Amino acid sequence: MTTQTLSLSGLRSDILALAAVGLIGLGIVFVAGHAQAGALHDAAHDVRHATGFPCH
Amino acid sequence: MFQKLLTSALFAGFAAGLIAALLQLAFVQPSLLRAELFESGTLTHFGSGPTPVPEIPFAIDPVRDALSVLFSALIYTGYAMLLVVAMSVAENRGARIDARTGLIWGVAGFVAVQLAPAFSLPPELPGSAAAEVGARQVWWFVTIAATGAGLALIAFGRSLWPALAGAVLILLPHLVGAPHHASYAGPVPPELAGLFASRALGVGLMAWAILGTIAGYVWSRGEAQ
Repeated sequence: MTTQTLSLSGLRSDILALAAVGLIGLGIVFVAGHAQAGALHDAAHDVRHATGFPCH
Repeated sequence: MFQKLLTSALFAGFAAGLIAALLQLAFVQPSLLRAELFESGTLTHFGSGPTPVPEIPFAIDPVRDALSVLFSALIYTGYAMLLVVAMSVAENRGARIDARTGLIWGVAGFVAVQLAPAFSLPPELPGSAAAEVGARQVWWFVTIAATGAGLALIAFGRSLWPALAGAVLILLPHLVGAPHHASYAGPVPPELAGLFASRALGVGLMAWAILGTIAGYVWSRGEAQ
């Protein structure tokens, strides 16, 4: 019983970790690659072109 | 788990981003700088006679190049996080994750994130004609998601039908079509645009191969501890 509860809560924290890391990754790609704010766009400009992001 | 995911992603993303930035500065930047001469109107290639290829002297622009390194490391770290999440889910379902399979993951990542969008929206030089950026970004995200899901169905589906569904998913965004410009307006010579597009894809493949290999390696080492 105890082991089952433990592994269940372990599974839940694994899913949370996966979701958290996935969301952070998406957030980084969105902000660094897609956000159109002027300064950010200029700073990331060359990398966006070189990695094939839609830039302008 | 959180720590294991982050460790693999940060190592792999930073290394791949750094190498991608150096390759970009060496092989892609000259085309970008030449294109800017045409974009700004300093040079034109329409009109009387051919335009000589402008010399781009080797020079380091500290701020601009440092920003390229920074953003390249950031973007590849973001990709690495998504890649290790997918790797971890696959491992839970019985897939083996190490440096060798990581290489395949990396190449598949390149196909999903760079090659598939480029199939209908080629990497653009500054000044190229293109449809409205918001629409292209939406198409870009949807295409990457569809291609990633399609590749997963082909790789992990246990019969012919999931693989066929995967192939359809991969083709679908291109059959629907990317948002496109209504006219040709780019001031940049086609020779330059062609070299830029193939170099951008080549650098992407190298960076993703490194990304997947390192992510797989660090992931499997984390297992051993």
